[in-house]
Amino acid sequence: MKRTTIDLWVGLFVMGGLIALLVLALKVGNATTVSASQGYHVTAEFDNIGGLKPRAPVKSAGVVVGRVESIGFDNKKFLARVTLRIDRAYQFPTDTTASILTSGLLGEQYVGLDGGGDDVMLKDGDRMKLTQSAMVLERMISRFLYGKAAEGPQAAEK
Amino acid sequence: MRRNRANIAQSKPGHKQASAAEPPAESPVTIRRYPSESDVSPEPLVELTDVQFAYDLRPILTGIRMRVPRGKVVAIMGGSGSGKTTILRLIGGQLRPTAGQVSVNGAVVHQLDHDALYRLRRRMGMLFQFGALFTDLTVFENVAFPLREHTRLDEALIRDLVLLKLNAVGLRGAAQLSTGELSGGMARRVALARAIALDPMLMMYDEPFTGLDPISLGVIANLIRRLNDALGATSILVTHDVGASLGIVDYVYIVADGRMVAEGTPDEIRASREPLVRQFIHGEADGPVAFHYPGRSYAQDLDLGGHP
Amino acid sequence: MIAALDGGLRHIGARVIDGVWKLGCATRFTATLIARSGASFRRPQLTLNEIYFTGVLSLIIIIVSGLFVGLVLGLQGYETLKRYGSAEALGTLVALSLTRELGPVVSALLFASRAGSAITAKIGIMKSTEQLSAMEMMAVDPYGRVMAPIFWGGVISMPLLAAIFSALGIFGGYLIGVVIIGVDSGAFWSQMQAAVDLREDVLNGVIKSVVFGVAVTLIALFEGFDAPPTAAGVSYAVTRTVVTSALVVLALDFVLTSFMFAGV
Repeated sequence: MKRTTIDLWVGLFVMGGLIALLVLALKVGNATTVSASQGYHVTAEFDNIGGLKPRAPVKSAGVVVGRVESIGFDNKKFLARVTLRIDRAYQFPTDTTASILTSGLLGEQYVGLDGGGDDVMLKDGDRMKLTQSAMVLERMISRFLYGKAAEGPQAAEK
Repeated sequence: MRRNRANIAQSKPGHKQASAAEPPAESPVTIRRYPSESDVSPEPLVELTDVQFAYDLRPILTGIRMRVPRGKVVAIMGGSGSGKTTILRLIGGQLRPTAGQVSVNGAVVHQLDHDALYRLRRRMGMLFQFGALFTDLTVFENVAFPLREHTRLDEALIRDLVLLKLNAVGLRGAAQLSTGELSGGMARRVALARAIALDPMLMMYDEPFTGLDPISLGVIANLIRRLNDALGATSILVTHDVGASLGIVDYVYIVADGRMVAEGTPDEIRASREPLVRQFIHGEADGPVAFHYPGRSYAQDLDLGGHP
Repeated sequence: MIAALDGGLRHIGARVIDGVWKLGCATRFTATLIARSGASFRRPQLTLNEIYFTGVLSLIIIIVSGLFVGLVLGLQGYETLKRYGSAEALGTLVALSLTRELGPVVSALLFASRAGSAITAKIGIMKSTEQLSAMEMMAVDPYGRVMAPIFWGGVISMPLLAAIFSALGIFGGYLIGVVIIGVDSGAFWSQMQAAVDLREDVLNGVIKSVVFGVAVTLIALFEGFDAPPTAAGVSYAVTRTVVTSALVVLALDFVLTSFMFAGV
């Protein structure tokens, strides 16, 4: 009698809690996108990855096609090795360029893929040969300053 | 307020008690009021030998010796704070003596492991000072509690048993009340029904008469004696209510300052010439138990007597 | 002067020793509680009843607070993000702050004041009216019969309450941001989904709320069990439950956050 109403309420409560968790998982988080089984891995080597982090998006033409799986350091070549996991639905030619870009002026960094013209597509475990490193603000500024400095004397001579 | 309840129990002379613990030699006559089949077992149900107990370093009990024969109702009397309730807790295994030993039904209580202690407790019933009923359960569920916890009886049988126990304390009609609706005396009776739910071999009562009106008091006192004899149980009664208890018990121990100071049958206690017993029985304000809490002299406290 | 200083030091020393003592007692209490939890697993009905008292009865306050926290977050977040021209990031802001921090922490604080105080009062009263003692004398273990079901009920309820709080908070942010202010609905959800990670954010939030549930329920039970058996003692214990729980939740939150989010 009294117990069944309690059971009903507890049932409703637990159900509500689980639905809330499910909403958080599916609607708010993105459990629905690329999962481990449905992707293939490719690696790319960069001189400098800037502030790229694992799980950063991989985009092509602005569309998210995968995620950064892991970031390592090759101690022989002194290069950063980034492993990307790309959704199986998307295929890219072997001469695709991977570049590290920034969304907006101060946004997070992501990997951008620009498709090439090759007929052969990337397979699981392949390495992308064409890469473009991250823009590092200090280097850009110093390049700009050196450029100005190099211009300086010429300007003074005139 | 002192109640004289000699009328609820007229003493009548009975046969000599073989098992009563060492009655003093000067009065050989022991009194038995409600004849119950005497238990011939020579071994007492509860025995305390040289029990000592201390909280941290503060001694509560010293050198307690006590024997509770089977089938008898024994009272432990004493003033407030004299350590009476501690004795019950030692018997129930809720406290461990610092020295000496407490044995119940042949087993030394503080040497039992958790499971064995709990098995022993199933055969004990305890009535707490204010009943200690579960406030979130009804009267019925309170009495059913030990049955539900310890037996696998079906609902109909539990119902019958609970009504039987409630009937024994005269509260069958109150089964569906909540505990908040009970008066003090009724709560005590419900707690009594709950304590006897599993037909214990040993009943313990902690101050069962405190705060009851004379009628409720008489009812409880009667129930304690009647249930003891009907269940074939043994009862220990901790109380400071002399009038109510002397009428119903077989033997009395008097405790003061954590020591056993006197023992005997009710008649011996009434007739005792010992000043401390007399003070206690007759409720005199001052005597061996001083009215004043020990301290400096009054004159000293008031700074009389020319202290610098 | 020196006497006063001496007295003060003595007082502080006594408090510290007392605190250590109490911590030891609480640890022993926890160990006993977990060791004797068997009964609450064998009889799930007991735990179920406690989920009702701790979880279901806290639902109203959790739902209302969650919704309002979401509304305020939406409003404040929009005002700030608008300055940087990134009002679309509102979904990210609301979802991340709720799943990572506000959901677990605020619902734990509400849980402490709604359910924790009730637990302390219940145990304190049961102890002061000798109900626990009576249970012991009836050969029923109060740890297994009364306290363990409350503990597990609290531990189960807390993450569910936190999830409901977060979900409703996000709904509140959606209401104010999308329905009332008019942020683009697609941007709101997609930015949120791009930024919130299932394991990193949602799961870590759930772990936090489980830890808080354990902490708050244990504190509430122990304070009730440790309360002096008087009316004043019980009421003081209830106050202490709420204060201690709040401090412990915030301190634990800092520790957990630095473990979970700082290393990445």
